[in-house]
Amino acid sequence: MSSTTVTPSRRGFSFGEYITCLNGIVWREALRFLHQRERFVSALVRPLVWLFIFAAGFRQVLGISIIPPYETYILYEVYIAPGLMAMIQLFNGMQSSLSMVYDREMGNMRTLLVSPLPRGYLLFCKLLAGTAVSLLQVYAFLVIAWLWDITPPPIGYLTALPALVLSGLMLGSLGMLISSGIKQLENFAGVMNFVIFPMFFASSALYPLWRVQEGSPMLYYVCQFNPFTHAVELIRFALYGQINWISFFVVVGCTAVFMIGAILAYDPSRGLARRGPAGGET
Amino acid sequence: MTATQKPIADKPSPDILMRQDPAGVAALSIESVSHSYGARRALIDVSFDVAPASFTALLGLNGAGKSTLFSLITRLFGIQAGRIGIFGHDISGAPGEALRLLGVVFQPRTLDLDLSVTQNLLYHAALHGIGRREARLRSGEVLARIALSDRAGSKVRDLSGGQMRRLEIARALLHRPRLLLLDEATVGLDVKARSDILNHVRQLVAEQGIGVLWATHLFDEITASDDLVVLHQGKVLARGQVSRVIADTGAQDINTAFMRLTGAVGKAGSEAS
Repeated sequence: MSSTTVTPSRRGFSFGEYITCLNGIVWREALRFLHQRERFVSALVRPLVWLFIFAAGFRQVLGISIIPPYETYILYEVYIAPGLMAMIQLFNGMQSSLSMVYDREMGNMRTLLVSPLPRGYLLFCKLLAGTAVSLLQVYAFLVIAWLWDITPPPIGYLTALPALVLSGLMLGSLGMLISSGIKQLENFAGVMNFVIFPMFFASSALYPLWRVQEGSPMLYYVCQFNPFTHAVELIRFALYGQINWISFFVVVGCTAVFMIGAILAYDPSRGLARRGPAGGET
Repeated sequence: MTATQKPIADKPSPDILMRQDPAGVAALSIESVSHSYGARRALIDVSFDVAPASFTALLGLNGAGKSTLFSLITRLFGIQAGRIGIFGHDISGAPGEALRLLGVVFQPRTLDLDLSVTQNLLYHAALHGIGRREARLRSGEVLARIALSDRAGSKVRDLSGGQMRRLEIARALLHRPRLLLLDEATVGLDVKARSDILNHVRQLVAEQGIGVLWATHLFDEITASDDLVVLHQGKVLARGQVSRVIADTGAQDINTAFMRLTGAVGKAGSEAS
């Protein structure tokens, strides 16, 4: 029954094929996002509520001393803006992974996984697509924030871009890693509560770490070990044309670990294989 | 014959061998494949070939292991034991080469309902590295072939079940594969839509020389000249041309032959249509 000869099939893939595939996946993700207008609106409303209401209320309570990268006293709104940008990416990363769980349940994920291109590359494209969508949201937020007098130096809008790509990839790959372990869509809400809220609140997004240290040294260390803190700081420094090297290396390292974990988790001999086919199929 | 008995055909039948391509390569070669979900064994030492330009029906009741086998062939699951080759390319060792030659229609719908018909095709083309211009050209061709040109801009959720299935088949053919897998492709469709799809797939075999593996539990989708693999409780009970399997079991028709092979009179009766 075994054959010793093979019918020719072109080996490997050209650079153009890889780019075409990436374009296709990003294009599809952007289309889906634009079709879901309510998703776009809710993605913007969330940080704006924090900015317009929460920050206005806490402005008088939380004083911010001069800390890098700021060179002068700043308003609380200015301080939390990078944290809110990272929050958009955190929610988007989790939302993308939620859509992966949905796609897997609905069967759409199979279309992606049976592509002949390397599976690791396909998942990387999926992550890049999610990050691209998060960038649309972040820059829309920055436009509104600018109207609210949050005006980083003009060059900051450009220098923040690589930091946003990196943090988007880290948070997206974390979401993908989590989604690979979720069997059903219903289980996702619990994971959101156990991941998003602890990550967001135990970070420097809302208050500087020296303030946290004053209140609770233990929480300070938790915040220091939280990758989200470093995503926030990377964005904060980049928005002012600077780089926080510690945050940079932490984010790069975490991105690599989460991404490798996510790719391994979607490996056919691991992730999906343990669970068996979808309901009703055998 | 019971599920534990020896399969009727241990080796590929001569008629299958005759229809192998000049290089002697089977379109699909399944060799001693086994798969378990924990303690539950879904496939047990499954072996068979699908010849190029042939229509092979994979017949089995629900739960026979058909979808597990499809997941292994498409590399959604890793192979635990055995080997699967597509035109000689090992699905584990050379997945890219193997998957290039393969088109798949899964049992659950895998179209993106919120995208248009054309957008779904373009997305699939991109996943195979086909550039936008070429993809648009091919999309136009396949839509014309399945008589859906006028729905090119419609959202997929506005299509009927039969149109969605036809679109999935068209999508599976967009990258010009040489082997097509269809897993219960007509489930949930009305009689006319079923007949249209079956005729379309048989036409692909006759006109384009595509090898087809058609998983089904419906006897009326199988004709005497088809190749047949009977899968029951994870084991291959019979394989060969349908007429030969019927003759070997001493039955008059495929329905009776299947019942004799599986001993599943009651169950099979409910699947017959």
